Amino acid sequence: MTQMSVPWRPRGKVRYTGLSGLIAGFARAIYGMAAPVVRAFPGSILLGAIFTVILVGWAHFLLFEFADNHLIGADSNISAVRGFLGAELTLAEIENGLAVAGAPAPGVLQYAFYPIQFRIVRDLLSAGGILGFISVIPLYTIWWERKVAGRIQSRTGPMRVGGWHGWSQSMADGIKLINKEDFVPDHADGVLFRLAPYVAFVPAILAFFALPFGTYWVFRELDVALVFILAMLGIEVLGVILAGWASNNKWSVYGAMREACQMVSYEIPMGMALLIPVMAVGTLSMTEIGNVQGDGWTSWIVFRNPFTFAAAVVYYVAALASCKRAPFDLPESESELVSGFHTEYSGFRWSLFFFGEYAAMFVVSGLCVILFLGAWHSPLPMSLADRFLGDDLLSRAAKGLFFSGPLWFVLKCVWLLYVQIWIRWTLPRIRIDQVLYACIQYMLPLMMVILLGHTLYELLVPVHGIVWTFFNIALSVIGGAVMLFLVSIACYGYLNRVKLVGWLGVETLPGS
Amino acid sequence: MATTVIETRPDVLIDFDKESQGDVRTEEMLINMGPQHPATHGVLRVVLRTDGELILESVPHIGYLHRCAEKIGENLQPYQFIPYTDRMDYLAGMNNNQAYAIAIEQLVGIEVPERALYIRMIFAELNRIASHLVAFGTYGLDMGAFTPFLYSFREREMILDLFESACGARLTYSYINVGGVHDDLPDKFLDVLLEYLDYFEPKVAEYNQLLSYNHIFVKRTANVGVISAADAVGWALTGPVLRGSGVNWDLRKSTPYEIYDRFEFDVPVGLPGGSEGVPQSVVVGDCWCRYMVRVLEMLQSCRIIRQAIKQMPDGPHLAGKLKNLKLPDDEIYVEIENPRGQLGFYVRGDGSTIPARVKARGPSFCNISILNHVGSGCLLADIPAIVGSIDIVMGEVDR
Repeated sequence: MTQMSVPWRPRGKVRYTGLSGLIAGFARAIYGMAAPVVRAFPGSILLGAIFTVILVGWAHFLLFEFADNHLIGADSNISAVRGFLGAELTLAEIENGLAVAGAPAPGVLQYAFYPIQFRIVRDLLSAGGILGFISVIPLYTIWWERKVAGRIQSRTGPMRVGGWHGWSQSMADGIKLINKEDFVPDHADGVLFRLAPYVAFVPAILAFFALPFGTYWVFRELDVALVFILAMLGIEVLGVILAGWASNNKWSVYGAMREACQMVSYEIPMGMALLIPVMAVGTLSMTEIGNVQGDGWTSWIVFRNPFTFAAAVVYYVAALASCKRAPFDLPESESELVSGFHTEYSGFRWSLFFFGEYAAMFVVSGLCVILFLGAWHSPLPMSLADRFLGDDLLSRAAKGLFFSGPLWFVLKCVWLLYVQIWIRWTLPRIRIDQVLYACIQYMLPLMMVILLGHTLYELLVPVHGIVWTFFNIALSVIGGAVMLFLVSIACYGYLNRVKLVGWLGVETLPGS
Repeated sequence: MATTVIETRPDVLIDFDKESQGDVRTEEMLINMGPQHPATHGVLRVVLRTDGELILESVPHIGYLHRCAEKIGENLQPYQFIPYTDRMDYLAGMNNNQAYAIAIEQLVGIEVPERALYIRMIFAELNRIASHLVAFGTYGLDMGAFTPFLYSFREREMILDLFESACGARLTYSYINVGGVHDDLPDKFLDVLLEYLDYFEPKVAEYNQLLSYNHIFVKRTANVGVISAADAVGWALTGPVLRGSGVNWDLRKSTPYEIYDRFEFDVPVGLPGGSEGVPQSVVVGDCWCRYMVRVLEMLQSCRIIRQAIKQMPDGPHLAGKLKNLKLPDDEIYVEIENPRGQLGFYVRGDGSTIPARVKARGPSFCNISILNHVGSGCLLADIPAIVGSIDIVMGEVDR
């Protein structure tokens, strides 16, 4: 009989002392102050938070730029270091440090910005930003998925937590999960069981380190960013297999083996589909691939020729399989394998799997956006921006808003995330043999034909010739029409939401 | 061991003796599906002998929900036992009530008023729709499609509202009782019912669009778990499972009880692929046929209810007293068409007010017995598909 901890056994009340007491008191004080405000203005706080995140990210870069422009001179560096080490600074040295030629800002600030010129400090700041982004993305994708699912199923989804449409539901769930019991089943492989969630979660974060959000918005500009991200997505699979094996549960082993089977079948067509844009541009650097697509939406790689168009579709299908999203959610198929590989997981470890999955969803969407869908460029050509906008702060902000910037990248990723959610709540699940057949018998030969066709097309069809232009324009028009159609459907659905949900959802549900 | 699916789908077979190389050793695995498993519709336990994803044997084990219903029936007067029949097939309480009530009425010789017969029939058919809606929704859930489940429950909820307005309960009705129905219909019930039918019938087309003809769904269910007509009859399967195998046998049509001979309706049966409204890959007796028979039966039930509303007579709703009926020293066996098949009650009286023996023949109990026959040789993911298409209710299997 499994020895389980007994939750009803009385335990002493936890007393916080020392530093932990200080932190607990601080948290209580913040909660006491913030809770009434959050309750009063939930919607505006949410919107404010989103804008603040964008502004903070932008300020970040302004900061770096400022530090670059106003480096403190070599002499004053020495004195500053001496100052940090505790030696006495002479008045003259301070004056010298303050009086850097051409500095418009008060010179004292230069000392404050002094550490930012070092790479390690910048990396730490950026890593903090990326970690924050990764924490926010799954939280809101989960909440959003539940809202979209609710809308599809003629109900409302979360409505209570946080006030406005249950916007902090995921946070409440996260707090609940962290508070759950730290449970490892008997006879499970303890080390691997504890390790597996991290093996699944950490690569998803690492993939973000090479994923450019804009021309300069990348943590590490890698020449082989694409290979790196693919490798990270591959390691994530290892975590799943590890979790299934370590759980000592037959259903988990089934989930793990299914994931392994699925991976060997989708990874090949996926890799081949990613080769198409690499061939078209001639580099593995994601930033460069993104930058060649800045000339309006007709220059996006997906509309370049029929083969890139087909490759984008194949990539997206394979990407669904790579994130274990329906209809390829076999490793965790609820109705067959209980919960598949994470049957035995609960609490924080389980939430790590979820964070990893949603972060991976964002990464594969990001890959699709950068490689096929015009990266961080808006459908308007950049040449327009160059003609009308200058280089001052306001113009740069307008450029980021309308022409090219991380905002557009995130928008497109969110759209692809939405398509993933939409597919999940519409389609039934495929059987494992059908997944293998679909990937190996149909998608692999198809990708080979596409690869060959694309090679010949690039070789034989002259760029900007008649044939090239015809296909480019035709595909662009088709793509634009499809997009407009989808947007109009979404608008129709939103404007007629009360009618479409029906009287049961509108009149009888609480909070609607 | 029967190998029907292996014969029809040799492509799923992997011969490990030939395929394994060197020191790689493969072995069979025994795995418990249930009693706590999301796809076994209650507390069914299926012991699977698997070879990777391939199922070699699937033996259903039952008895986790046994509540001595029959023994309780032998200690209570018939009107007192009616609430217990609700708990047997808890998705079709009305039909269970009706079966036991008919058995007692025929044993004692009670003449049921005309109006009560019509009310009973309307409620039995409404409950058939509600029960098939659950079967339809949960079958989508078994296939991984979440949305149809919510839609079907939305529609079922309205039926439950109708039931609640008539008898005050939403799951365990005890409405149909010995000698008629417990209460008369509330005001304007028939108008609301007509309104509901107008709302519901177009929804079935929506379901078909969303699930029935979905390419993935057809791929998952067509040619899976094929039960031949001979097998279906041989294993004493009844209800949609039998009709899905192409056997045209519905007690409402073949041996009409109560007033079913007064209405026009069709009995949907499983059709081979390529017939009208049937995808090409479908084989008679597969999961898709069983599923589709239920969807079509919902429409036929609507048709029956519409006719019954037109013919509804006035009059009393209950024949005399319920309590202290003297059961003659005689025996009776009555079967009626439940949503899941033929529910039979055997009752023997001994001159007192309490039956000497009560025996129920549960359709789910008989239907689940074929699981090993069709469930060996399929893939793991097909087991929920087969169990879901047989549509069992464990409360009735175990009683």
